[in-house]
Amino acid sequence: MMTETGQKLIKASEMDPKFKYEISKMHGGEKLMRCYQCGTCTSDCPVARFSETYRPRQIIRMTQLGLKNRVLDSDTLWLCAACFTCTDRCPQDVEVASVIRVLRNLAAEQGHIPQVFKDQASSILESGYAYRIPELRMKKRESLGLPPLPKGNTDSVCKTLRGVSFLKHIAKRGE
Amino acid sequence: MAERKYLMFLGCAIPYRVSAFEISARKILGRLNVELVEMPEFNCCGLPLDPVSHEMMLILAARNLAMAEQKNLNIITLCPGCAGTLKKVNRILKEDKALRDQINQHLKEAGLEFKGTVDAKHLIQVLTEDVGLEKIKDTVVKPLTMLKVAEHNGCHILRPKEYIGFDDPEDPKTLKTLIEATGATCLDYMDETECCGAPSVGVSDKVALQLARDKLNHIKDVKAEAMVTICPFCHIMYDTNELRIEKTFNEAYGIPILHYPQLLGLAMGMKPEELAFNELRVDVSKILTKVCEGEK
Repeated sequence: MMTETGQKLIKASEMDPKFKYEISKMHGGEKLMRCYQCGTCTSDCPVARFSETYRPRQIIRMTQLGLKNRVLDSDTLWLCAACFTCTDRCPQDVEVASVIRVLRNLAAEQGHIPQVFKDQASSILESGYAYRIPELRMKKRESLGLPPLPKGNTDSVCKTLRGVSFLKHIAKRGE
Repeated sequence: MAERKYLMFLGCAIPYRVSAFEISARKILGRLNVELVEMPEFNCCGLPLDPVSHEMMLILAARNLAMAEQKNLNIITLCPGCAGTLKKVNRILKEDKALRDQINQHLKEAGLEFKGTVDAKHLIQVLTEDVGLEKIKDTVVKPLTMLKVAEHNGCHILRPKEYIGFDDPEDPKTLKTLIEATGATCLDYMDETECCGAPSVGVSDKVALQLARDKLNHIKDVKAEAMVTICPFCHIMYDTNELRIEKTFNEAYGIPILHYPQLLGLAMGMKPEELAFNELRVDVSKILTKVCEGEK
């Protein structure tokens, strides 16, 4: 249902009162409840200046209220550039960018993962590097007088990552 | 004999598409008697995956730190993202024993252990804290007094302050001082510490390009002849994308984007060819001519 100004109404049944505790228990989300909505984060956010939808203060408030699905299903969550200006300037030391990272991690756990992260994760599993570096580029290093690129030890990397639940979303090339 | 020795952590972006930064950095570090040992094997620092899996980021970063500990060498990186991540994880795992034990369970699978015995530093931190400004000034044989440039630090060399603990994020001085050591003038401009927008590429190109455009406008306003960066991502954002920004917003900048070691290298008397100036996208001929004319 919409209000006269076109905003979506919040229904009490939508709110999950336990959500804030869930976030507060996670590494980086501990100080969520300190936020008193001063808006320093949004006013100093470089992305918010040019985006019509991304507002860190709003994301923090929605999280406090327990609007779990609205927060986690929203594309705006992925707009944060992780510049950490909000974290540095927050008078309540909320670590806003970290709370947003915790929310993104939860969204990813539920399968909301922008393609770029899937590509980088599979590239790391296959080569150690976040980008697939073309063979030609490796050869060019020699002519530029650069030492050979260290190889990724993919067996060892995969062993250390055993049990990381995020990896269930990542298919290796050819799988 | 080299006075200082570090493990070189290249990261992913530099070998992928920013070789001019690596070429010029190796040249100036060589001149300053800094020895670089290559990583025995490589995996990403973990930063790109932090948004989707903090756990995976912690393991990947800790794995690199554990390898450096085995070599008993501090890490030097050219990428502020890698430096920031390795520093942050180093600090978190040193302080939080429960988390350290949990991450070490993962590392054990590959015969590694994080102990917290080495440091990770970015190039400009090594230059100012370890090599020292005086020594850098001693190597300058051709002061670039004819150049007026603007600096761009980027975010992860400065923020979050609590974990990085380097310079003042609201009024950073290190890069300025390093630029002035080459003899060039470093101009102040509006919103100097603002993000370049690179992390938003792919998520919202519109936001990313507008952020980059803002900065180029501010730099143009003070009539800087070049921008000097110390981050591969910021460099891609301004150098590789400058033409795209000009086309999108119908602007004309033509501002060359230099890697700091290229600037220092020129001041050390190295030739532009040695410093991979030919790899830059935006035309640098104007400032190179100016530097060469200064020789006469």
